[in-house]
Amino acid sequence: MSTPALEIKQVSKVFIKKERAKRFLNTKKEKVVALSGISMSVSRREIFGVLGPNGSGKSTLIRLLSTLLLPDSGTIHIFGHDVEKEPFAVKRLINRVSVDAAFFKKFSPLENLAYAARLYGMPIRQAREKMRKIMLRLGLKEETFTSPMENMSRGMQQKVAVARGFLTSPTLLLLDEPTTGLDPYSKRDVQAFVREIREAHRATILLTTHDMEEADRLCDRIAIIDEGKIIALDTPQGLKRSVSRRNGQDATLEDVFIELTGKKMEEKEQDK
Amino acid sequence: MNPFMKEMRVAYAFIERNINLIKRYWGWEVVWLIYSLVNSLAVTYIGAGMEKITGQTLDTQYLITYLLVGTLIWSYLSVIFYSISEMIAWERWEGTIEYTFMAPVSRATHLVGTTLFAIIYGILRTLVILIIVASFFNLDLAGANLPGAVLLLLAGSVSFVGLGIVAAVLPLLYPERGAQMTNAAAAILLLISGVYYPVETLPAWLQVVSSASPATYVIKGMRGCLLHGQSTRSLLSIVFILIAAGTAVIMVGLFIFGRVERYAKRTGRLKRSG
Repeated sequence: MSTPALEIKQVSKVFIKKERAKRFLNTKKEKVVALSGISMSVSRREIFGVLGPNGSGKSTLIRLLSTLLLPDSGTIHIFGHDVEKEPFAVKRLINRVSVDAAFFKKFSPLENLAYAARLYGMPIRQAREKMRKIMLRLGLKEETFTSPMENMSRGMQQKVAVARGFLTSPTLLLLDEPTTGLDPYSKRDVQAFVREIREAHRATILLTTHDMEEADRLCDRIAIIDEGKIIALDTPQGLKRSVSRRNGQDATLEDVFIELTGKKMEEKEQDK
Repeated sequence: MNPFMKEMRVAYAFIERNINLIKRYWGWEVVWLIYSLVNSLAVTYIGAGMEKITGQTLDTQYLITYLLVGTLIWSYLSVIFYSISEMIAWERWEGTIEYTFMAPVSRATHLVGTTLFAIIYGILRTLVILIIVASFFNLDLAGANLPGAVLLLLAGSVSFVGLGIVAAVLPLLYPERGAQMTNAAAAILLLISGVYYPVETLPAWLQVVSSASPATYVIKGMRGCLLHGQSTRSLLSIVFILIAAGTAVIMVGLFIFGRVERYAKRTGRLKRSG
């Protein structure tokens, strides 16, 4: 049996939040449990979805996989490499697209992508060709390639972020709400591209999203995470079937979410 | 491609990025250059006006050169210090810190790129200031040992690279006020290193502290070269000490940086907003 793309065993992460109390230099410490004993395994070439409201632990999970955070307990292996002990081996295999398109704001898309390409040791001439191809494929116009990012719309910036994630042909691509802020056409472009990447580059994709339709359309399996715990893990059909059986009606993923978490996604977000 | 060339290619990412930052923030560069230039002129004019201040006959030319050497060397060393200490602060401010830390780049390579840029940029910037300031005064550097001065400057850069790495830890530890804390560190170095006055002027306890600052030796040696034509041979011991101490500080700096990076990853301080 081949090594799974991703194997998470009993991972927990707690943050200490310091709050300044009334008296000077007196701080109050509060423990925030971001992840609590998470375990899951993702197969090679799988598109694996993680659903959950804001603050449920999705981004913490992505940061742990990206080597930007260290787990308090448990282990994470990416293609057999321990994230904590072999970060360089892991870094060479992954890339990430996050919800906030973080760039050098005054740089153009080409300058930002060239920086990323150099960091990953890509030959620059080859990388420039690839950048153009990906950006055109994502519907960005050639004339925007050299203008500062700060003059671009949020959606266009997000497309450049997606291009940066795909540029290095990662074996494991971490997509943290990649289509947030995109119009429906752009969303479709990105979603089609995600599928292409999986087929053409044999990539494994971990996707977090608030968009149930997107998760349903793209994911082979989905984990629903709430308050740092996985509360359900199955194929989209399996999840919907389990709720349909209980209610006696056809269920959508949104229904599954409401049923399992006891609240609507929007209500959960307001709680945070 | 051999591993060294591979790493150098990655290091070039930071050089190219910093060149692009200068191009895109050229207005800031102009403002900062004017500030440094005016500052150098203002300090040097203290020497020019000393006869009038004291009402005594003094070697004004010596005083002008003495202060000019201090201000120019400080300008150069502070560029090295800030370029390296701000490598984290810039990324945090732009919001790209997570992407850079996620990339398969060792911190040593990150540092090599940042240092090479800082040295080239610092030399060019200091030369521009020197040319303009020199046009205001009649500088006589006929007896100066210029190659020795350059050697000393490069040796001094090594120590400031080390100090820059140690200071770069502050924005990693304190996302909101770390960058300001590096300003305080630079100000202390300015006070104790004899930039504008001999360190012997300081109280005894500060003189002891000043012996720990590499800038003290660089500035003293530079004055020896440029004002007294001190030979390169006589500088070799200082050059050796500066390189050895600088290398040790770089090693310690990298070790501290590695530990703090791990702490930041443990506590979630790499996030853009902190």
